[in-house]
Amino acid sequence: MASNFSIKHQPGFTAIAATCFIVLYLPIFVLVIYAFNAATSTSEWGGFSLKWFQSAWQNTQVIDATLLSFQLGAIAALLSTVFATMAALATTRTASYPGLTFKYAAINQPLMVPEIVTGVALLIFFSRIKIFTGYSGLGYLIAAHTAFCIPFAYLPIRARLENMDLTLERAAADLYATPWKTFRRITLPLLWPGILAGLMLAFVISLDDVVITEFVKSGGQDTLPTYMLGQIRRGITPEINAISTAFLLLSVVIVTLFFFISRKRD
Amino acid sequence: MPDKPDRNAIEVVNVSKIFGSGEGQVAALDTVSVSIRENEFFTLLGPSGCGKTTLLRLIAGFDFPTAGEILLYGQDIAPLPPFKRPVNTVFQSYALFPHMTVADNIGFGLEMLGKPKDQIKARVAEMLKLVKMEALAGRRTSQISGGQQQRVALARALAPQPKVLLLDEPLSALDYKLRKEMQIELKRLQHETGITFIFVTHDQEEALTMSDRIAVMSSGKILQVGSPRDIYDRPAERFVADFIGESNFLKADMVGVSGGRATVKLSSGVEIPATLPEGFNPNGKVTIVVRPEHAQLSAAGPAASLSGTVENIVYLGTDTHFHLRLAGGEAFIVRRQNSRGASDGIVQGGQVGLLIGNDAAQVLKD
Repeated sequence: MASNFSIKHQPGFTAIAATCFIVLYLPIFVLVIYAFNAATSTSEWGGFSLKWFQSAWQNTQVIDATLLSFQLGAIAALLSTVFATMAALATTRTASYPGLTFKYAAINQPLMVPEIVTGVALLIFFSRIKIFTGYSGLGYLIAAHTAFCIPFAYLPIRARLENMDLTLERAAADLYATPWKTFRRITLPLLWPGILAGLMLAFVISLDDVVITEFVKSGGQDTLPTYMLGQIRRGITPEINAISTAFLLLSVVIVTLFFFISRKRD
Repeated sequence: MPDKPDRNAIEVVNVSKIFGSGEGQVAALDTVSVSIRENEFFTLLGPSGCGKTTLLRLIAGFDFPTAGEILLYGQDIAPLPPFKRPVNTVFQSYALFPHMTVADNIGFGLEMLGKPKDQIKARVAEMLKLVKMEALAGRRTSQISGGQQQRVALARALAPQPKVLLLDEPLSALDYKLRKEMQIELKRLQHETGITFIFVTHDQEEALTMSDRIAVMSSGKILQVGSPRDIYDRPAERFVADFIGESNFLKADMVGVSGGRATVKLSSGVEIPATLPEGFNPNGKVTIVVRPEHAQLSAAGPAASLSGTVENIVYLGTDTHFHLRLAGGEAFIVRRQNSRGASDGIVQGGQVGLLIGNDAAQVLKD
């Protein structure tokens, strides 16, 4: 290995890196700027104003969609984290056996199957159930979101478990702790940062979903992203920019929290 | 020494542990039987992979034997899970709970046993005092040194007053000086608490200094059980003699046995007495072992048991090692304690005689 080889000094590297960052961040930057536009255009600047934030804040459709997104995200994140925790425990606290890799793959299915396929499949599947039961509530969206959030919650929890010394659980058992008490007093407290990270990641993923939600939702069940999509079809005003900016801020906060929690050691 | 009544705390009866299945199966323990007495400091000694840790894990309950029984004061505990056995372990890695304080770690076992709060508090204070850690009760376990963690691990395992304490190479992570201190500390704790200790180590010196009795293990079997002196002076097998201390091995012919002692004829034709392992009555060719400090140098001549050439002299301060090549071709080392004074005329390349005393030789089983 040439230890003095540095990719930084290769010709064109700086230009490529700069281009990548511009493509990534410039559109978002423009979107945020025009959220503060006083004019009704998303391309012509008419002075600074907070009126689009105000108008979004007073738009009952936006409020309803936001509340639904939060409600759905919270429930789906909680449920998926519970399932993911159980799955992570079952797949790490065991000796390797044939079929274990298949189980990993099965848990991570939502990461591999194209969302549009899952969306169509769920649409067909749930419409049958709707016909049979007559139920058209939030349950379908909760079920769908929980399912695709599981692998995202699973990853940080499993990572945490794999780094945990098994001897600690053995020591607890040696000191008269039943398996349940060992879990409550040793495994769970040490796993907690992983669970919190999983919870937040699942919440963000649920909040952000468009494709599956679009297929599964019943009438009047707009989440913030599907509402925004609907609005854009009718023409864009800076109100969409304002909503996007608020949404962005929320995601950044949650992802930052996730970052700090998952980095925390003991 | 306190009285050691001959009551067995642990009896291991024909225990086997087989890992894997079919072609790839490995017997980590092969029909092992051993009795460990109450209040005893008992050591399982052997190289890595000999099965000593497996045996400890079976007694702790982290694994279950493939065959055989493990009796704790007469009751078979082999099928019980670890949390139902009145046996505690000091782990090699200590395994202290990182999210609890030193005091909470020590009190954990008592808490799980459902003891009342004030009783736990009193006992934790007592244990902190026993291991001299009172000042650090409120610390997190990540905030204390390795030696201190070791003490906490000991206190935590002793707090519930187990019937037997298991120690899995607990000193191996400590530096030399601390290890010496902890050896003495462990002996003191065992003495003060009166709890039966089962100690696992691969370090023969550690085993000799600390133990009341030692079981030497190799390849899933117990080769010999005895006091440190028994094991050192009367090793029954070549592996035991070789693993513990330095040894000289000589070929000899059995001449006869009387009163449990053998007479063997050395390659020089000289006959010397030798002790026999219990229940062993060989004929013909045997191997005998002589410890380097149990043989003396003399002038070459008919009075000597054997004779040879001095190949090398190694001066070590407290004693000197003489590396001999015997007339029959075997290598032999004699260790002699040094005293101040004139040299005795033994020089490299010189001819010397070798005296093997009446109680120096031991016949080996193989």
